[in-house]
Amino acid sequence: MKELIFRFLIGGVIVSSFAMLGEILRPKSFAGLFGAAPSIALATIGLTIAHSGRDYAAIEARSMVLGAIAFFCYASAASWILVRYKPRTLTATIALLPVWFGISLGLWGLLSRVSP
Amino acid sequence: MGFAFEGFAVIVEAKFAALKDTRPRDYAIRFLFGGLCTVAAGVIAKRFGPGVGGLFLAFPAIFPAGASLIEKHEKEKKQRAGFEGTMRGRIAAGIDSLGASLGCIGLAGFAMVLWMGLPRYNAVIVIVAATFVWLVTSVGLWVLRKSRTLRRIHP
Repeated sequence: MKELIFRFLIGGVIVSSFAMLGEILRPKSFAGLFGAAPSIALATIGLTIAHSGRDYAAIEARSMVLGAIAFFCYASAASWILVRYKPRTLTATIALLPVWFGISLGLWGLLSRVSP
Repeated sequence: MGFAFEGFAVIVEAKFAALKDTRPRDYAIRFLFGGLCTVAAGVIAKRFGPGVGGLFLAFPAIFPAGASLIEKHEKEKKQRAGFEGTMRGRIAAGIDSLGASLGCIGLAGFAMVLWMGLPRYNAVIVIVAATFVWLVTSVGLWVLRKSRTLRRIHP
């Protein structure tokens, strides 16, 4: 339980800090870079290494590459739809989340077959 | 901070006053989402293994909340100037998302450095190197894209 609370606090602090950094920076396209900052990874990688070792963390990092590819597709789709069709931002960005799940899990499934 | 290339200069500035436009509730939501996603990444890794858990290290945790906040701020700014502002707000969120998509390439670089480096080298050095790769890749791609855009506008 203690570990979960610690994860929650450290995750909240690091994710919020990157979000604030993105908020104060201009122009907007530059600030957007911080929307894809490795905040969750930075918050957890130290704990993962301490508890499960470096090899375990490296396996997580390999999957993180796939998650980042999925995030790229998701953010690109969100950008195109928002500029082209101008829907409500929260609706569009939440409705597109299945894109991230589909691509990341699909790529992971493919990778598991090639390199189990 | 500024970037200059082939006769163009792009200024990147920090506007600390922008933080005043954000309500405490918005900060709390980000903190909550950030904390929950970090916990979820750990729990998923324990339940389904590091292969699936690792995917969630690149989950767009606060992206929807952040993008909608940008829409709201831009809309309010335009409304203060006497315009409706809804469409401008949504375009601003779209531009921010484009920046995030460039940041994702840096994020993939960050993960690759961890994947390759952690089994071989000191963990602290690998994490610092990975963060450096994320920053340099993301900013480098943004500068490259900006220079191409400016060249299109001012051939």
